[in-house]
Amino acid sequence: MNGFEPYNDPGFLAQAWQQLGVFWSFDDMNATWVLVGSLLLGMSASVIGAFAFLRKRSLLGDALAHAALPGVMMAFLLSGSRDAEIIFAGALVSSLLGFWLIDWLPKNTKIKPDAALAITLSFFFALGLMLLSYIQNTSLPDKSGLDKLLFGQAAAITSNDIDLLLYVTTLVLVTVVVFFQKFRLIAFNRVYAETLGVPVRFYEVVLAILIVLSVVVGLQLVGVVLMAAILLTPIAAARFWSHQLSHLLTLAALFGALSASLGAQISYVAPAMPTGPWIVVSLSLLFFISFIFAPRQGLIKRYLDDRALKQRVIQENILRTLYKLLERSHFQRNGFSLAEITELRSMSGTELRNRLAEMVRRGWVKQNRQQYALSEKGLLKAVKLTRRHRLWESYLSQHADMTSDQVHQQAERIEHILNREQEEQIVAELMEHFDPHGAPIPGLSDNQGHPS
Amino acid sequence: MSTLFQSFNLSDWVLDLWILATASLVAAACALVGVFLILRRQALMGDAISHSVLLGIVLAYLISGTNALWVMLLGAVIIGLVTAWLSETLHKVSRLQSDASIGIVFTLFFSIGVILVSLYTGQIDLDQECVLYGEIAFVPFDTVIWGDMETGTDLGPRAFWLILIVFAVVLISLLVGFERLKTVTFHPSLAVSLGINITFWHYFLMTLVSMTTVASFDAVGAILVVALLIIPAATAYLLARSLKTMLWLAVAYSQMAVWLGYAIAFWLNSAIAAAIAVSAGLLMGLTLVLIQLSKQYHKRTHAHPLRQIKD
Repeated sequence: MNGFEPYNDPGFLAQAWQQLGVFWSFDDMNATWVLVGSLLLGMSASVIGAFAFLRKRSLLGDALAHAALPGVMMAFLLSGSRDAEIIFAGALVSSLLGFWLIDWLPKNTKIKPDAALAITLSFFFALGLMLLSYIQNTSLPDKSGLDKLLFGQAAAITSNDIDLLLYVTTLVLVTVVVFFQKFRLIAFNRVYAETLGVPVRFYEVVLAILIVLSVVVGLQLVGVVLMAAILLTPIAAARFWSHQLSHLLTLAALFGALSASLGAQISYVAPAMPTGPWIVVSLSLLFFISFIFAPRQGLIKRYLDDRALKQRVIQENILRTLYKLLERSHFQRNGFSLAEITELRSMSGTELRNRLAEMVRRGWVKQNRQQYALSEKGLLKAVKLTRRHRLWESYLSQHADMTSDQVHQQAERIEHILNREQEEQIVAELMEHFDPHGAPIPGLSDNQGHPS
Repeated sequence: MSTLFQSFNLSDWVLDLWILATASLVAAACALVGVFLILRRQALMGDAISHSVLLGIVLAYLISGTNALWVMLLGAVIIGLVTAWLSETLHKVSRLQSDASIGIVFTLFFSIGVILVSLYTGQIDLDQECVLYGEIAFVPFDTVIWGDMETGTDLGPRAFWLILIVFAVVLISLLVGFERLKTVTFHPSLAVSLGINITFWHYFLMTLVSMTTVASFDAVGAILVVALLIIPAATAYLLARSLKTMLWLAVAYSQMAVWLGYAIAFWLNSAIAAAIAVSAGLLMGLTLVLIQLSKQYHKRTHAHPLRQIKD
């Protein structure tokens, strides 16, 4: 404001760079503490957020963080001081009240859980803002930094805050390690945990308190409004990389720590920048990178898998079509034109030519001028597929009471995924040599594909 | 404050009137839209859109260079729809729970919005505080002038006209689409079999939410909109037995919240918008207490053996 625009100053970048140098040289004690604090916070919040995520309560942290605000303001109003401990106590009390309300509303009234979350979040936040504006219109000393709690500001952090941050995050991490087995059990199978006699309710409250602790201790650094993201986004990103809980937690902690320290650095170097939003932006970046590029479940990998499957299905369909043509010629003629193939199975000419070219390369099909013939290898494959297709058709018509014109569509899909054992199981159940349409089911021992 | 008011040559009660009129329109529009959010269990989507709208406003301003009403509306509606669509797509494609994907999308959008606001403070008519509180007390000073800047007629506050337009749009949509919205809300599968395009109505509702949010933005800020969207509607949900009653009750509650909030803000000298949101919560609390008490009372007075079995 007042026409002062720090980021339009050309010297700003150079200065920021220099500041960053100071930051990483660890000469500035305060900067080092901010880094350590944000690393710890990022780790503990991500780990505890992971359990909330697994319990399908992803936005609980959002509501609890917002709910902390009136407590902070009340604590300041009542005590008149901004000591980290007092603010912390106030925030803790009001967050826990918020947690109770979120729990109580859906259990005792018609209100649904999602509405209960939104009600608690917005009411507590409004109350906090009302108190904040009231405080700002009074003449209380020390009131100036309170609004930084909304979006967080690393540069405004005091050594007292850092101490508290260290104690609480250590407490959270240690508790998670101690109760790890129980938390895991409850996260994945609550009902089973109950039948084992685990006091589920107790551990859920412990978990909620840990969430509240992480949220409250992060207010200075991340702010009330965006605390939700640091609980939620790291685990959501980690989920694309692994399925194993210990890996998930490690990754989430890594993501959390990385982006928390990044956000803290930016806001430390440029104090007009709020920390919270920068942490969230870097976290989201990590999330989208994971979502798109993760090697096993990323979008690209899944797209490629999907395409490979589609191509395999098309190739297998062509194999089966060639076999059917072969069958129609009573195994007298092996070698068919594109027109003959498309007559039985409609597909675009280019698609067919491309797939056939690939099949020739794999040695499934031999090309002789415009004629395509099944090779030895291709014939074996085609027999196997046709056998599965017709077995499935027979199975459905016998055991699922389907008419013969219904079974084809089903078999068309299942032929690509049936495996050897399933095939044998079906054979054991059936005494058929012909499918419901009257076509012979080719046997495996007979390489020529004659009906056995 | 009073010297500021005097310098504008407006008497206090005219200012109060504009503020109250704007606030009650904001509250009424939010309550109407909120009813559908509550019934369709999309309270969190309301939360998400009200956050994202900030980015829409900032981007619209940065791209167009003006803060004309229709530009802001357009920006907000687009970003609101993008939020709804992206959360939905992320939920489907990445197989994340729907609330998680909502949370990821809106925190990102809101963060970018806040960062842009901090970057361009001084150039944009927004700052971090106003994002949160809105500045309903300053609403009367930003007026729409018809004709020449110097000689034209002062038509009253910009925020008032914006919310008036949006309120009218919401009201007309509800009147025209009432039966459709009702079917889509209560019997989505019936709606499908009747050939009603559910997706269209979903995004239509999201458009209304975005428009209401952006129109309320000047007055109450990003996060307090959530309170006005959800709390009066949820209170009405506790009492109402039909959609019509719920809509009326929600509006009634929202208006009570405006009056009570204005009084509280005057009494405590605090932010008006926050006080209105708090009063909405207080009214809900009061309603809950009365409902619980009457439950207790009914249990005691009608402790008939048969009734106990039925309960």
